[in-house]
Amino acid sequence: MIKRTLFAGFGGQGVLLMGYVLSHGAMHRGLNVTYFPSYGAEMRGGTANCTVTLSDKKIASPVASNPDLFVAMNYPSLEKFEKSVAKSGLIFLNATLIKEEVSRKDVEVIKVPTLELAKEAGSDRAINMVMIGALCAKSGLLSLEDTVAGMQAALKGKEKFFPLNRKGIERGFAFIADGK
Amino acid sequence: MPSEKKLMRGSNVVGEAAVRAGCRFYAGYPITPQNELPEYLSARMPEVGGAFIQGESEIASINMVLGAAATGVRAMTSSSSPGVALKQEGISYMAGQELPAVVINMMRGGPGLGNIAPSGADYYQATRGGGNGDYRTPVLAPAGCQELADLTFTAFDIADKYRTPVMILGDGLMGQVMEPVIFPDPIDIKSLPPKDWALTGCKGRKPKAIFSMLLDLNALYNHNLHLQEKYDEITAKELRWDTAMTEDAELLVVAYGTPSRIAESAIEELRAEGIKAGLFRPITLWPFPTIPLRKLAAKIGKVGVFEFSMGQMLDDVIMAVGERAEIYFYGVPGGIIPTPSDVARFLKSSIKGDGKVGRRIEA
Repeated sequence: MIKRTLFAGFGGQGVLLMGYVLSHGAMHRGLNVTYFPSYGAEMRGGTANCTVTLSDKKIASPVASNPDLFVAMNYPSLEKFEKSVAKSGLIFLNATLIKEEVSRKDVEVIKVPTLELAKEAGSDRAINMVMIGALCAKSGLLSLEDTVAGMQAALKGKEKFFPLNRKGIERGFAFIADGK
Repeated sequence: MPSEKKLMRGSNVVGEAAVRAGCRFYAGYPITPQNELPEYLSARMPEVGGAFIQGESEIASINMVLGAAATGVRAMTSSSSPGVALKQEGISYMAGQELPAVVINMMRGGPGLGNIAPSGADYYQATRGGGNGDYRTPVLAPAGCQELADLTFTAFDIADKYRTPVMILGDGLMGQVMEPVIFPDPIDIKSLPPKDWALTGCKGRKPKAIFSMLLDLNALYNHNLHLQEKYDEITAKELRWDTAMTEDAELLVVAYGTPSRIAESAIEELRAEGIKAGLFRPITLWPFPTIPLRKLAAKIGKVGVFEFSMGQMLDDVIMAVGERAEIYFYGVPGGIIPTPSDVARFLKSSIKGDGKVGRRIEA
């Protein structure tokens, strides 16, 4: 098994943190993992992205040709990376911001109203936690427990944020389970 | 005891590994994409009673490392391409003075100030040396976080054993990637072989001196012969390389560092289509594994070289392989990171020999 996930969005949307959570969660699950962030000038105010590769075998390249899963947190990211997604891949849209449709017909699109769900979970800042919850639930990459463990490892030292982030992750899982 | 598996960024991995390998002196000047390394050591060094100094420049930093190394302490500096260019004078002096130290280069795009994207364009600078004189610098090229940890230990050991500066050549991508790492046990510094040449204060013994200026003609002549003997011994004993999937290969891919990992995924993509390629990965760039590569290339008959540069390691491959195999080259300059599929297209084109991606090299 090898799964490559690309996260992309504006700087400040918690794009890199989603990658940390998935990486730590995967390690918690006993998988091999590589996390590769963009670190260019675009991090300072523009777009940010990171690629996380998970496998039960040795991982060669941290750079992915065609991600199996793609999280687009804003429209410029969708426009930039849509074409690169693997056939039959999953595209997760931040439906709060992205009103445009995905033009590809050979992928599955999951529209996640992140802001609305995050508010329900208790904080509009938890949009990235809602999204990582939805991603892990839909793809089956991580269980709820592994995802939460990943969040706690990624945010070690910031324990006061654990409960709220947990609620965000749970809301993402519930959205996939109930479709709302 | 060995560490638990830790998810860490490449730059931080070097910092932790250096401390565990007994490094107790670091001096450096900030530059992207390796700032996490000095940041990490600024907190870690005081915990083990070591010294961390942010120098006023790269030149000051390499000379502080020279001074620290002369006292016998394991010392290190780090930078990225243009910063390492500034350190070349100090590296030449340390080679001449036979001072052990480790220099990290997380390569970025050049020439000049270039950009902060990953690059492999300092292969010449690292393996040929930008400093003056007849010296060589052992260069280790890790391909990921675990190897960054392991080869940092190796670098300090080679440096001490042969009294020479040693370079670890990574790139911006490797410095930023996070992977799980298990660190080797911290060494017991007291267990290291004594450095009877070190300048530790001459109370109760004859004064010693370490310098690279040897005005006496015979003295410099003999010093260079001595250095060459040492370089010959390093070449004989310290060669390192790795291979993968070469047994049935129709094409031998030669790549080091991050490009070797992209190439390995490209090879896996090809094998899924029934096309057989294998990988030869130099780990020591100087000394270059010339003879092992020559033998394997002659057997396979076709070689594809892939670098994050316009063709630097390529020279060493040509010297190793010559006319014994067809050589194809695919170079990507700093700024753009090719995907495994990009490299797979080059490999397919090389196997066909149509030269559509990359180019044929006439050796």
